[in-house]
Amino acid sequence: MIGFIFKRFFQSFIVMFLVALLAFTMFNFLGDPVNQMVGIDTTAADREALRERLGLNDPLMVQFGRFVSNAFQFEFGQSYQHKRAVSGLILDRLPATLELSFIAAIFTLVVGVPMGVYTGLHRDSLLSKIFMTISLVGVSLPTFLIGILLIFVFSVQLQWLPSFGRGEVVDFGFWSTGLLTASGWKAVIMPAVTLGLFQMTLIMRLVRSEMLEVLRSDYIKFARARGLANRSINFGHALKNTLVPVITIAGLQLGSLIAFAIITETVFQWPGMGLMFLQAIQVVDIPIMAAYLMLIAFFFVMINMIVDLLYYVVDPRLRVDSSN
Amino acid sequence: MSISTTARALDLLQRAANSDLYHSFRSSKMVMVAAFVSFIMIVGAAFSPILAPHNTLDLASISLIDSLAPPVWMEDGDSRFLLGTDDQGRDMLSAIMHGARVSLFVGFASVIFAMVLGVSLGLISGYAGGFLDAFIMRAAEIQLSFPAILIALLIDGIFRGALDPKTHDELAVYVMILAIGLSFWVQYARTVRSSTLVEKSKEYVEAARVTGLPPFLIVFRHILPNVTGPLLVIATINLALAIITEATLSFLGVGVPPTEPSLGTLIRVGNDFLFSGEWWITIFPGIALAVLVLAVNLLGDWLRDALNPKLR
Repeated sequence: MIGFIFKRFFQSFIVMFLVALLAFTMFNFLGDPVNQMVGIDTTAADREALRERLGLNDPLMVQFGRFVSNAFQFEFGQSYQHKRAVSGLILDRLPATLELSFIAAIFTLVVGVPMGVYTGLHRDSLLSKIFMTISLVGVSLPTFLIGILLIFVFSVQLQWLPSFGRGEVVDFGFWSTGLLTASGWKAVIMPAVTLGLFQMTLIMRLVRSEMLEVLRSDYIKFARARGLANRSINFGHALKNTLVPVITIAGLQLGSLIAFAIITETVFQWPGMGLMFLQAIQVVDIPIMAAYLMLIAFFFVMINMIVDLLYYVVDPRLRVDSSN
Repeated sequence: MSISTTARALDLLQRAANSDLYHSFRSSKMVMVAAFVSFIMIVGAAFSPILAPHNTLDLASISLIDSLAPPVWMEDGDSRFLLGTDDQGRDMLSAIMHGARVSLFVGFASVIFAMVLGVSLGLISGYAGGFLDAFIMRAAEIQLSFPAILIALLIDGIFRGALDPKTHDELAVYVMILAIGLSFWVQYARTVRSSTLVEKSKEYVEAARVTGLPPFLIVFRHILPNVTGPLLVIATINLALAIITEATLSFLGVGVPPTEPSLGTLIRVGNDFLFSGEWWITIFPGIALAVLVLAVNLLGDWLRDALNPKLR
């Protein structure tokens, strides 16, 4: 167990190191940071002074060390485009993205799991076939197209829901939330559904196939032989045993939700990190790109590690395997 | 001579008609429809310079007077423009055909690129073993933990920084192919590696080694033909994913530029007109994209099941 955790930590550390190296390389070799920060009429002497002040004349190893230690302190320099500290920009945008991803994740589970259970239990019913067709469409339609179609139907045609923005937000200083106002909730519905639909179909198909497998197993047959009620068999015995892989996948998908938020945020002009990252790519605003990259990598590495460890804790078979 | 060739061709046709694959193809209506739709779309896209009713890429042939005409069946529809026109007066049907051509080109090219890269790395990894194997597989594992679209975005961002904007626009299609290809190689590498590990210990490989064949030839001439089985299925499913990824990047504005629009670019451009009532500029390219991806996905699903001996 200790060895496993240690190995996992080491692996995560290597990933973060590589990502940092990539971000640092981008920062140093794509365009000249000094040119981006000063006006055209700045003299060569001033440029050189700024270069010295930023430490761009130091050896690369020293610069990389400084980059990493700054990253640990959540310090990524000034955005070329916004002329503000990147860390501040990200902190402003983080709540919007996390809130959207969180609502989408809840939607995914609350709708996906029951649909999966139903299609698993009633394989051949009409409703199951409808659910399976919906899931096929959900897999085939690109996220942005779903967003556009939702906007077309609910904003343009029916005019029920707003097509952009977060609605009214309540500001707590360090966190701004749209979940305390009616307009905020109305604004989050379509983005969250768009973001969650693909993951929902994934969860649904997973729960379905796991249910089908578990229902064939001996202990379910035995439970039926004991004369237990269907309800208790289906939910108490079968569903419970399908949840291990579901938790894993759902956890891993949380990272994807944060990453896929780039697309959803663009479609709905949702003022989150993803939208900022995309705008940064278009104008090659390297500090924002580097910071976003590091942050996303950090989220992914953390989520992957926690899920791996959870898996180890939840599934006793893994422990047996590793001790042999 | 010619009789035997005809006989051989007939025999081959006979065998194809009796094969399991053909039988399972004929037994599912959905698959036949999907194949038909894919075929029509691929032909329509590939030959769009000949088949399209208008040449949307030729600026001299379009006229602003025709701009924003709705589809034929609506009021004010123009019989020359079946699916209406955009704000520049370009025929939507032709634009979609040209766009599908770019989308399919990027899709096929990036799948082939990913396959060549993945298969080579998988073969090397499986045959060489040791440090090289550990290195390649660790890299694959790391890449697999990030979504493909993020990696493609990043690669595009790097190119955007490294090239000046004009060069980038000219090379955009190739940057796309590179970015998407690099984000999809892992699956091929892992599949090929595991089959290479099995093939490696077989007698024919040992025999080749004994005859003193260099490792390069053993791997590519002897092992490669024996590990290609599952690749077709992965490639078909990846084609759908590659088309979606390209469309998404183009929609986000970091893909193919409007001068040579793909389906994603068309949707992006049309999106601005959604609120002013000209829905056809977005919705038709959107439908074309959705139908194309759905058809390819259905074919991929069918191939996976039909070629899987466990399900027969």
